[in-house]
Amino acid sequence: MIVSNTTQCYHCGDAVSHTVFEADGHRFCCLGCQSVYRILSSSNMQQYYRYNRHPGKKKSEVSTRYEYLDEATLTDKLIDFRNDEITIATFYIPSIHCSSCVWLLEHLYKLNPAIVVSRSDFLKKQVNITFKHTELTLRGLVELLVDIGYEPKITLQDVIKEGQKFSQKGLIAKIAVAGFCFGNSMMLSFPEYFGMGTFEAHYAKIFGWMNLGFSLPVLLYSGRDYFRSAWQSLRHKTLNLDVPLALGIAVLFARTAWEVLSVSGPGFADTLCGLVFFLLVGRWIQQRTYHHLSFERDYRSYFPVAVTRLSEDGPKPVPLADIQVGDRLLIRNNEIVPADAILLNGQAAVDFSFVTGESEPVQKVLGEIIYAGGRQTGEAIELEVVKAVSQSYLTRLWNNEAFKPHELNFRTFSNTVSRYFTVVLLGVAFAAMVFWVFAGDTARAWGAFTAVLIIACPCALALSSPFTLSAALSIFDKNRFYIKNTAAIEQLAAIDCIVFDKTGTISSPVASRMRFEGNLLTDELALVVAACKNSNHPLSRELVKWAAPNVSGSVPVNQYCEVAGRGIEAVVANRSVRVGNAAFTGVPSGGGTGSRVYVSIDDEVKGCFLAEQPWRENLHVVLGELAAGCHLHLISGDNDKEKALLRGIFPPQADLLFNQLPVEKMEYIQSLQAQSHRVCMLGDGLNDAGALKQANLGIAVSDDINNFSPGCDAILDGRSFVKLPRFLRFAKDAVKIIHLSFGISLTYNLVGLSFAVNGTMSPLFAAVLMPLSTVTIIGFTTVATHLYATKNQLIKRQ
Amino acid sequence: MSAIFFLIGCSVFIALIFLVAFFWANKTGQHDDTYTPSVRILFEDEVQEETETLPKES
Repeated sequence: MIVSNTTQCYHCGDAVSHTVFEADGHRFCCLGCQSVYRILSSSNMQQYYRYNRHPGKKKSEVSTRYEYLDEATLTDKLIDFRNDEITIATFYIPSIHCSSCVWLLEHLYKLNPAIVVSRSDFLKKQVNITFKHTELTLRGLVELLVDIGYEPKITLQDVIKEGQKFSQKGLIAKIAVAGFCFGNSMMLSFPEYFGMGTFEAHYAKIFGWMNLGFSLPVLLYSGRDYFRSAWQSLRHKTLNLDVPLALGIAVLFARTAWEVLSVSGPGFADTLCGLVFFLLVGRWIQQRTYHHLSFERDYRSYFPVAVTRLSEDGPKPVPLADIQVGDRLLIRNNEIVPADAILLNGQAAVDFSFVTGESEPVQKVLGEIIYAGGRQTGEAIELEVVKAVSQSYLTRLWNNEAFKPHELNFRTFSNTVSRYFTVVLLGVAFAAMVFWVFAGDTARAWGAFTAVLIIACPCALALSSPFTLSAALSIFDKNRFYIKNTAAIEQLAAIDCIVFDKTGTISSPVASRMRFEGNLLTDELALVVAACKNSNHPLSRELVKWAAPNVSGSVPVNQYCEVAGRGIEAVVANRSVRVGNAAFTGVPSGGGTGSRVYVSIDDEVKGCFLAEQPWRENLHVVLGELAAGCHLHLISGDNDKEKALLRGIFPPQADLLFNQLPVEKMEYIQSLQAQSHRVCMLGDGLNDAGALKQANLGIAVSDDINNFSPGCDAILDGRSFVKLPRFLRFAKDAVKIIHLSFGISLTYNLVGLSFAVNGTMSPLFAAVLMPLSTVTIIGFTTVATHLYATKNQLIKRQ
Repeated sequence: MSAIFFLIGCSVFIALIFLVAFFWANKTGQHDDTYTPSVRILFEDEVQEETETLPKES
């Protein structure tokens, strides 16, 4: 575990060189980690550390207040069940990541006896807790979870989402019924296929009746959706793939019923059941769900659940929906302004980076309007609401009705093909029938007509898209690119125009580059590092990370005080150190770009640390590769101070726009679409939400996928940004595979048709051809998808 | 002769039992979480009995 002279934090695994935080011979990187360890060891729960090495996660530096959980009106929505004694609540906890987490969350009763039982769901990152509310309040429970480093994410949207949980149970039941009938009718059909002696012939009648019985639930229950979908499609005067499928199923059943009732043949019951079974499996595989990701997030999951309202009886938390015009709100450090409001009291420095893309906090004077969505940094401020939450500028943008008119226009490949397919299919069927009628063989005409519809039923065709795309989805998934559904992959393949946002999208908010302007001696740097080690502020952490290698030995900190939103003040080795913003350290004015951290020692300003967001790794390579096939654009909400720099990174034909409002971003996308471009938007913040929705494919770039990201079609983990050109190529390859497998299934259809038009198709032939083509398609798409993924270096060569 | 009818009846009946069992499992949420039990089973038991008698997730 020991790497040279540095060790790892026993709790979270971060490198620790010099630390004051120790307990039981273990070393910790910060107070947060140490306190979690203390809590666990006092309850005799060190087992947590036994299942995994360093199972903890660093606590987030932003502390949330949970007073609002004492409000009965709010908590009613959060809990699942409550009686006189116990309450059951389910929480979404993003930091669940290993078996230790599961162990700890299922042994909460050891920490507090009021917790009766807790059960976690690893994939959904949820924990279901039953507790005695007479002994432990909901707030107490949440605070306990926060104390041990498992902060639940409580947002309004999750509360609302509770009621509309998506379920696949209906589909699974249909598959089960179809599979059951398939197996049984197969068993009953085998004697017929192997040939029955004359003395066994009377069995055939009974087997036929049983087969008909098995195909009934398949027709009426399992295959119901195909008829419904086909009917709807016909009513909209379009022909989707479900039309020929429904036709095939109906004809299969009709002919089976006819043959069984008239004792003229064994019928096609096993083909019918198998067909529906395979089709449903294809449909099931297509519906991939990401339990821990949400693509439908809107402002409700960004805004807090409750906000502090100032009334005559003092501050009181109220639910967001109850906020009315004229209410006075108290917004503390790091809290979000939930509605457009006027500043009444306090110094507002609002960070709008997530809303507008502007990186500098905006100073506001008394009486000025603060738009919703900004995050206050610094002291608590008082506001008077001028617009209700749902009417605020940002919220209105989000609720814009104009979104996504193109979605209806987008045709997936199988939809495009199915129009022609159905027409051709019906044409061939009628032609065969007419031919035999004129040839004077009416019995054969009926046989040929139904045989064509049966054999050409596009089962393999209907399966090629879901199997290819779901295999592609799981490959994207492994590369940390999470796509909402299979249709989005086809959209991705069709993209010819990519629009980037700047901050947080092509620059990386996690890694930051530090440099120092001014004069600072090495031993003075050691003082600053010693002071900053006590702070949880992200800039302090960055500073320590950057400067620690240059500093040796530890310096004792005598006094330490952190002023939220301003800086830290400490006495280190008997010298007074101040680290913070300009005003805090006594520098006349800030100015300049990037986040600045000023340093003064013994009241003498030494200079400042500059934290800049670097561009993402290999940005120019990525852009160069993308430019080969697509038009590139940059629209940033930020000012154009980096224009010259970006001009050099972007290919010359790219358009760069700065100072764009959220609405302008959206309109820009619209104007591109008006030029019949298929636009992909990459963005990260609320300011891109409109553009992401408007674009044909909206990709939210996020460095922590569990964090908030605006509504989109796909979520790209920032670490996989370099793979973007490969993702694009692979999506194109996936569509190519669909075309190829369409060719294969068409070949099968043609072979089958040549028999069918003659009216000489035997049930055995259909029963062999249908599964054979299906298996070929499944095998081909799986193998081909993996080959192309290897070619695009998205999976490692074996 | 009738042995075959009896056997076919048996086979369909047994298959039906499995179908019903599957429906029951599906309905009571036994397929909801297919991963966590594999982690849970590896924990060493101490006073694990308490956690086993928990009310069903709704």
